[in-house]
This record gives sequence, C-alpha cells and structure tokens, in this order.
Amino acid sequence: MEQKNVPQDESALGKVTREVCYVTDENGNYVTDLSTGWEVKKDALDTAWKDIDGRIAAAKQKADAGEASPLLFFMEYRLMDINILSDYTGLWKWQIKRHLKPTVFNKLSQSTLQKYAEAFNVSIDSLKSMHINEG
Amino acid sequence: MKVNFEHRQAAHCETGVTTSLLQNIGVTQITEPLAFGIGAGLFFAHIPLIKINNGPAIAFRTLPGLIFKRTCNALGIPVTRKKFRSKEEAANFLQRQIDAGNPVGCQVGVYYLPYFPKEYRFHFNAHNLIVFGKEEDNYLISDPIMEQSTTLTSYELERVRFAKGALAPKGQVYYPTGPVHVTDEQMKKAIIKGIQKNVRNMLGIPGWFAGVKGITHTGKSIKKWRDKLGLKTAGLYLAQLVRMQEEIGTGGGGFRYIYAAFLQQAYAYIPNEQLLEISKEFTKAGDMWRNAAVQAAGIYKGRLGSQDDFDVMGNYLIDIAVIERNAFTALKNIKW
Repeated sequence: MEQKNVPQDESALGKVTREVCYVTDENGNYVTDLSTGWEVKKDALDTAWKDIDGRIAAAKQKADAGEASPLLFFMEYRLMDINILSDYTGLWKWQIKRHLKPTVFNKLSQSTLQKYAEAFNVSIDSLKSMHINEG
Repeated sequence: MKVNFEHRQAAHCETGVTTSLLQNIGVTQITEPLAFGIGAGLFFAHIPLIKINNGPAIAFRTLPGLIFKRTCNALGIPVTRKKFRSKEEAANFLQRQIDAGNPVGCQVGVYYLPYFPKEYRFHFNAHNLIVFGKEEDNYLISDPIMEQSTTLTSYELERVRFAKGALAPKGQVYYPTGPVHVTDEQMKKAIIKGIQKNVRNMLGIPGWFAGVKGITHTGKSIKKWRDKLGLKTAGLYLAQLVRMQEEIGTGGGGFRYIYAAFLQQAYAYIPNEQLLEISKEFTKAGDMWRNAAVQAAGIYKGRLGSQDDFDVMGNYLIDIAVIERNAFTALKNIKW
C-alpha cells in the first residue's frame, strides 16, 4: 500500500487510538503511518456484532419463554462458550449444561449463583432478572 | 515507582513488546519489522474443524509467544518467562521486577481490558503489553497498539493477567536479561536464520492447512461457502477472515507489509539486491490481500452475493498463494 492511500475512515478503535500501518513512500521505501480506520474492516466488525446481537436477542427470548435459564442469555452476552464459562467458574461442563435448564437453575445455591455472577461481572439479582446496568 | 522506559507504538502487540524490551536493554538495531522477520512471524493457517467466535480459525501469523522467543534466541539474549498459579505471587513477582528497574512483558486477555473499545473485546488471550512502573494503585502500561502509554488499576491488571479460556495467560510475564551489545554480524546471522525458518513454515509443513498450501486450500473452500453455508454464514466467515487479516496488529495486508518492510531493512545488513526485489513481491501480496478484503466486504455488506462473486474471492487467494510461493522459493534459493 502506498502512503497516500492510507485509509482514514471512522472506526470504534479510532476514538481511542490510531493504528500503525506499514506503507511505501514515493521512493518505494517502507515507512509507518497512522490510520483512524478502514471502512472494509469496520464493516467486518459490524457484521460480527450484528450476528452476536442476534444471538443475544434469541437467547433472551428463549429465557423469557422459559425454554432456557438466564445462563444462556449471559453466555451470549459475554461471548462465552461452555469451555470459557467452565474455566471462569470452576464448574464442570456437564454441570453448566444442566444449569441451562430453568428448573435446575431456579434451585441453585447462593454460592453457585455467586460463581456465575462473578464470571459474568454482574450481581446475583441481575443474573436472575437479566437486567444489566452498563453501557 | 517508574522504570526508565520509553513507550513506542507499533502495529502488532508481540513484535511491539519485543522491540521495546530489546531496545531497552541496548539492542539499538532492533525495529518492529526486524523483530517480526527474525522471529519468523509470517504465516498462514486455516485450522480445520475448530471454530473461533462461530467462524473459521484462520491465522496470518505464527503462534503467540514464538516471535519473542525466536528473536531473543537468535540474538543470543537470555529470557526469563514465568507463569503463576497464585494471583498474589504474580503481583509480587511483578513488583520485584519494577523495584529492580525492569520493564516486563505481560500476556493478557482483552475481554476485560478497560481501555479497549467494547467492539474489540473478545475472549482473545494472547495480547501483550509492558508494565513499566506503579504509582499508588495504578500500573503504568505501555500497550504497543496505543499511541500513548496508559494505566491499569491493580484489580484491572490482575483480571486481564488471569483471563480464562483458550491460551489463558496464567499471569505470564517475560523479559530479556540485559544489558547486551549485539553486533551487526549477529544481526545478519539472526536475519538469515529467521528467513530460513519462515521459508520452512510457509513451504514445508506437511498437510493442506498451513503455509502457502493453506492459502490455496482456503481459496478453494471459499468458492464452496455460498452453497455449503448459505449467504449469511458465508458472509460472517468472510468477515472473520478480514478481521484476522486487517484488525489491530497486522500492519495491513495480513502482516505481508511488515514482512516486506523487514526484507528492505534486512538489506542494510545483507546487501543482496534480491531482498529488495522479493520485498516488492510481498508488497504485491499485501495489496492483493487488501483487494480480496474489499471483495469480501461486498459480500458481507450484501452488495455482492452471486457464485461468481465467491469465485472471484476464492481466486484472489489462489493467486496470492502463487505469489507467496514464488517469493518464499526465491528466498529459499538465495546463496547467503
């Protein structure tokens, strides 16, 4: 890429920092330049988030309808699969799978709920109600 | 307490940390492209069966940690690397290094990294930053992707050092031991070693998923994605490819530009015109990766979507593989 073509589009990262690109100057020598963002990759990230938002909404619907416990919603919300959640909570994967059933989830002890709350970085109340206070 | 240390911005976190830590102990010759090339950083792999964030597992660089390790090894610089079971011990060890005046590289997860924008916070655990001091409860942080140095509270740093999931950092710290003096002759040898290693990784790994063969294979698979996955999922897969290729840390074009810059800088130590010619080939490859990204964007934005569009996309990769195969073969054939 030539230095004069470094894209300066808007991006989420651009608000925090510009990023280093390796580009060629008019003599073909490599130099570094800073870019605020590139639309092509902003669209890639937006595409990923649109999919995630869809998953979160679907999980919320399932939990509201009593087809899944709030864990499903929080796993989508925090982008965690069962492996990651198992690592954060110290619970076995088969246990987590059971806790995805509302009937089992509703009988969980305070200490187990606390493990989930910490992993998702929310209070136990939020964990149960699926109300989250953050931007 | 603040260690004598200068923050430097870089394109990529691990090469940035490597460059800064080595500069700091007296390796004045080192630059980000040289660290990347000596560390044989360029790669391509499309790991079958594994999914990351519901998309394909594609990498444009070598495994995390290897660039630092290889670069220090090649220059004969001793390295300390430590993981911890206990959070307290991890914090104490860090404090002792700060007290001793050593800036320290840390592997961290980005999900709970507060200065990252929300859109960039995935459970990616192989980010790297440097801790170079502590003032009250705030650690002084040099994150190579940031223009300025920043800070993290002790709770925030502990949380990211002990992030969980794949490649969990387990509080890992690493730093080279100095001061050292590296001669230009050592640089030359390290560069040659790095190139030879990279040639082997791109041309010599058996199987179909790694190196230039991997690029061809992914190109061929992309042509089938439309029918196999449906337009929506195929779009998501392409978006993931573009993110791995262009997102923070690659310097553009899936690290191909950094590698081209490396070959130009290598010429200063090894005045062989071929290096400059081959550098141009990597620039061309980088440009083609970016053109492919534009085509991919047409698909995931919904502007494009016919089988022809997917064929064009796949062919980009197949053409890129030819260029990279020739470039690495030319590097392989250089008489040093």
